[in-house]
Amino acid sequence: MIVEAGHYALVLALALSLVQSVVPVFGAKLADPRLMGVAGSTAVAQFAFTLFAFGALTVAYVVSDFSVVNVFENSHSQKPLLYKITGVWGNHEGSMLLWVLILSLFSALVAIFGANLPLPLRSLVLAVQGWVAAAFYVFILATSNPFLRIAVPPIEGRDLNPVLQDIGLAVHPPLLYLGYVGFSISFSFAIAALIEGRISAAWARWVRPWTLLAWIFLTLGIAMGSYWAYYELGWGGWWFWDPVENASLMPWLAGTALLHSAVVMEKRNALKVWTILLAILAFSLSLLGTFLVRSGVLTSVHAFATDPTRGVFILAILCVFIGGSLALYSWRAPQLAQGGLFAPVSREGALVLNNLLLTTACATVFVGTLYPLALETLTGEKISVGAPFFNLTFGPLFVPLLLAVPFGPLLAWKRGDVLGAAQRLLAAGVCALLALALVLAWTRGGAALAPLAIALAVFVIIGALSDLIEKAGALRLAPLVSLRRAAGLPRSTWGTAFAHAGLGVALLGIVCESTWNTERIAAVTAGETVTVAGYQARLESVVQRQGPNYREQVARFSIQYDGVQLGELTPSKRTFSARGSATTEAALLTRGASQLYISLGDQNADGSISVRIYHKPLVLLIWFGTILMAFGGVLSLSDRRLRVGAPKPARANRPLQAAE
Amino acid sequence: MTRKQRRLVLIGGSLTVLAFAAALVLNALRDSIVFFSTPSMAAERKIQPGQRFRLGGLVQTGSLVRSEQLQVKFVVTDGNAALPVVFTGILPDLFREGQGVISEGVLDAAGVFKADTVLAKHDENYMPKDVADALKKQGHWKDENAAHKDAPAKGTVVR
Repeated sequence: MIVEAGHYALVLALALSLVQSVVPVFGAKLADPRLMGVAGSTAVAQFAFTLFAFGALTVAYVVSDFSVVNVFENSHSQKPLLYKITGVWGNHEGSMLLWVLILSLFSALVAIFGANLPLPLRSLVLAVQGWVAAAFYVFILATSNPFLRIAVPPIEGRDLNPVLQDIGLAVHPPLLYLGYVGFSISFSFAIAALIEGRISAAWARWVRPWTLLAWIFLTLGIAMGSYWAYYELGWGGWWFWDPVENASLMPWLAGTALLHSAVVMEKRNALKVWTILLAILAFSLSLLGTFLVRSGVLTSVHAFATDPTRGVFILAILCVFIGGSLALYSWRAPQLAQGGLFAPVSREGALVLNNLLLTTACATVFVGTLYPLALETLTGEKISVGAPFFNLTFGPLFVPLLLAVPFGPLLAWKRGDVLGAAQRLLAAGVCALLALALVLAWTRGGAALAPLAIALAVFVIIGALSDLIEKAGALRLAPLVSLRRAAGLPRSTWGTAFAHAGLGVALLGIVCESTWNTERIAAVTAGETVTVAGYQARLESVVQRQGPNYREQVARFSIQYDGVQLGELTPSKRTFSARGSATTEAALLTRGASQLYISLGDQNADGSISVRIYHKPLVLLIWFGTILMAFGGVLSLSDRRLRVGAPKPARANRPLQAAE
Repeated sequence: MTRKQRRLVLIGGSLTVLAFAAALVLNALRDSIVFFSTPSMAAERKIQPGQRFRLGGLVQTGSLVRSEQLQVKFVVTDGNAALPVVFTGILPDLFREGQGVISEGVLDAAGVFKADTVLAKHDENYMPKDVADALKKQGHWKDENAAHKDAPAKGTVVR
């Protein structure tokens, strides 16, 4: 019953989204506040119905209602409760439902917090959100309905793909979708501005925090996905340049560029036309990511099911929205007013450079991801474009970007002074050279570029901090004064410093891990010891264990370093009876930011077991750096300016101005 | 600087970066893409020893031999031709005889494919898409997915 109610709620949500798509547009056209007001209430109601539909599906999963096809195909009564809940979005239909749930959530947030937006702008934004939502409701109901029943319900479900039975599924997709779909807000704002034919001050002030919010979630989502792949797939890799990963990286790159160009627009009223284009691109790339992952043109862990009608449907949505928005852009953008002037060397200039490099890097990822698909469609030739391609293209473009990062915040608006900035970055440069010398003196082996990359990372980190030191006057003023000044700095300044430093920290982790990681593959029997990078792993025993819905073979390793007992690692190999498939559960030992990583292979005929042991120096810095970046984003989001800077409605302001 | 000059600087800078990126992409596309072949396609194309490619097909039943030092040998077949593969390391969880596999590496002088990567991921129904397409073309494809997904056949679904 609840399932049918959920199905019905979803149909109602579609109806509401259609109302939301049409009525406010007419309202804005006719300048009728009642028609425009419809947008807010439909957006909130639409969210409520979608939430109910999602709740209904979750209930079906929790009570293991196998009369629902979707539950039967992706759940199992023996599965732990957490995986029953996360299983809701661990499949195509449910994940699309989560997608529209988050879309309607963002619309509802605009409706609730957008009271200070000009009414025509707000209703147009919500109407555009309604278009996107309607397209995806139709998609779900027509091709991917999670509420369908089976006439003769089976007794037991077919279980969730074992690789997905992990806490990572609880965290990664919701965060990623919050990021992907969050860009729909800046997209809707861009389209609304194009329809209105003007960009108001409220526009710029609104777009930045919403982009920032989406960016924070996307950053965290990508980082969590990467860490999940790292420990779950058992290969010790954290980024494979897999098309699906690229699909999430492209909106991130475009979103990062958008974040920076929105700053220019907010502060200097320049780069408007470009910012609008980036807002369109960021969400278009999110849609493209959804298409690549959901259409089945790629095979990967993420492509849950392949059904050609779905692919064609999403491709149609993609073409309509991307094509339509770009056509609207080319028609209306030239009418938008030109913004403020600036010299090429200035804060604006630095942000333009950032945008240029980020979008170009995004374009190379785009080529590398879609070229094989295009080639296969056109010629039938199958190729794969892997890590070497991206290292050769993405890498060289990121180096100048990283070099420029510390300069940006030190340059003045309108007209900057590169030499002055360079002087203030002297300390960072010296630290970088010191780091280079130390690395060259202390390490042997590894790529020749690694010490240089480490120096670059140090430059970025110290450069970000020296901006803070400079602005707080830590070296010129008394400690107490500079402390007070530091506390008084805008949160967005702190946010910038944290995010930029996080970039350097992540780079440090990436370079150290990929240059100095050690790998040993060996066949061991109980009592044998394998040595990796000074760590001695002794296999104590191999035992069989029964889990809730799997059997596992667990190996117990005791780990020693320099004769000191560090602990025990228990990697395992699980066999899931419902699907007859196996997963490898790696075991990790963390020391500082470095990790020892053990994953099991097959049992050999002589009773020995194959193991793969890695030592990954400073690997955790990769995710620590990304979390630092997201934290910088949160700090920036909490800036007073973004919270209270929005103008009060004109009516309330008028008497105040008269009193002055 | 006038507005026009500033705009020229911007456009010039952008074009430089784009040209640089285009050069990088073209260079990388020439050197680092890897082609996919089945054993019969590999024979047809006369792939030279030392040239990297991805070999896809089915692991021939009964061909898997494990030897010392984690070395494994197996034969990849597409029904018409077969190629012996040598790989040192741990095979993925879902590597089975009779199932689809993709391995990446080079042919040696003796015509043995030396793989450094073996992929056989995902669930029990999974067949690497490239392999499935190639086998379909050669008429050796049995639609395993259809057989597995027997329970909720289309007609029994209630709307």
